[in-house]
Amino acid sequence: MRRFALGFLLLFAVLPFVWAIVASLRPESQLFGGGGVTFTLDHYRALFAQRDFWLPIRNSIVVAASTTLLCLAAGSLAAYAIARMRFRGRNAVLAFILAVTMFPQISIVTPLFLLLRALHLIDTYPGLILPYLTFAMPLTVWLLTAYFREIPADLEDAARVDGAGRWTVLWRIVLPLAIPGVVATAILTFIYCWNEFLFALSFTLGPERQTVPVAIALFRGRYQVPWGEILAAAIVATLPVAALVLAFQRRIVSGLTAGAVK
Amino acid sequence: MTDRRLAWIYLAPALALIALIAVFPLGWTLWESLHRHDLRMPWLGRPFIGLANYAAMAHDARFWGALAHTASFTAISVALELALGLVLALAMRRAFRLRAAILIPWAIPTVVAGILWRFALPDLWFTRVPEAWVPVILADVWKTTPFVALLLLAGLQSIPQELYEAAAVDGAPASTQLWRITLPLLKPALLVALIFRTLDAFRVFDLIYVMTNGGPGTATEPIALYTFNAFFQNLRSGYASALSVIVFIVTFAIAMLYVRLLGAKERA
Repeated sequence: MRRFALGFLLLFAVLPFVWAIVASLRPESQLFGGGGVTFTLDHYRALFAQRDFWLPIRNSIVVAASTTLLCLAAGSLAAYAIARMRFRGRNAVLAFILAVTMFPQISIVTPLFLLLRALHLIDTYPGLILPYLTFAMPLTVWLLTAYFREIPADLEDAARVDGAGRWTVLWRIVLPLAIPGVVATAILTFIYCWNEFLFALSFTLGPERQTVPVAIALFRGRYQVPWGEILAAAIVATLPVAALVLAFQRRIVSGLTAGAVK
Repeated sequence: MTDRRLAWIYLAPALALIALIAVFPLGWTLWESLHRHDLRMPWLGRPFIGLANYAAMAHDARFWGALAHTASFTAISVALELALGLVLALAMRRAFRLRAAILIPWAIPTVVAGILWRFALPDLWFTRVPEAWVPVILADVWKTTPFVALLLLAGLQSIPQELYEAAAVDGAPASTQLWRITLPLLKPALLVALIFRTLDAFRVFDLIYVMTNGGPGTATEPIALYTFNAFFQNLRSGYASALSVIVFIVTFAIAMLYVRLLGAKERA
């Protein structure tokens, strides 16, 4: 029974992805059951040579990385205040941040579009980074608070007795000790930004600033759906996140469950 | 400076950004929903019409359809994900190394997952309802069950091993252990998974946009996609805002309901 379940698990999780990789390497004529079994890199070549897929990749990296850095900077300050300082309204602040993580994105698309348009930020990097903060910032604060709380307070207390201020303690003691948690937070935030679709679709107008998911969703061929290239693009879009997942699986799991359970 | 004042300085950047880009737009949506604002007809201006947009919804068959689609999609996919996630979590309990594998569906962009399943399944399935729901639900289950399984696995690992040892000493069979120990103690984790998945499924957009785009016709259009179309296709800013407010209220109500449920369980 257990072996069956585990086998099923592997098939369920991995097989569709492996199958997609194989399909992306087959010539267009064989994709829908044409004869022969040959492999080719044509779809990948076309993707980068004809469609300039580097452009959406660059856009995605710029937007996801900027959002992540901004969130870590403002989020670690906020998380440290929530985790370590005593002040009135602390629980209210935490509840507020949790509430914002539950915001349905669609409910603010309309006003954000009008706001960004008024600020001439439609189809720009800030026009994506700012909206991304709506889901990324609460996530970062929430996760970092959980990680900061795990650090023993004794070290901090000792440093403070020696006269170190809050700022020094945060930079010299808490952040260095919390590095694994900060890395997990950064990776999760990056992945969420990399995968985001609704805002990227709503606040860009053309290929110039489109991110990878939008570029893939709006793929069009001149005469027919270019399935080979779409599959190749799907694999390219997944590889960076798959690499992050394989390299940091333990931390990602701890972040995912910390975000939900703690 | 005392912590009481310093804390707010540390909180200021994050809270200010959240207020600017989340709270302020939400207030704007609410205000906009009380106006007739048609971006196709700017000469009509933006007259205040009170709750007329909400009243119009009562007679909007497409709105009720979208709401019904969203509700049934949420109920079916979340039920499947919880059941399958529980099985996977129980299976992974000891074989921990497989964790990386199940993270792959979770990490794949939703758009990409949708496109892969769109390609893998026959075109015919997408031309009729209810058949068109099958690939959509399948893709959602594939993509999100790993997350459920990981949450439940974390819950399983917090159950003290001694309970099972004591049960084994008393001769309780595995099925009794599952019903009497595992499931009752897993309730909080199950509820958390239920909350996260329900809220997420209720705002489904990416998957349906790339798989059916709401079609055939509007037969698989969820509320988020209808709201999106009302704004970006029909340019009815006021009405789209009213739809947004409804989505927000329903989401909030679901969250509140679950939080109460969770609180009651903890006290019990």
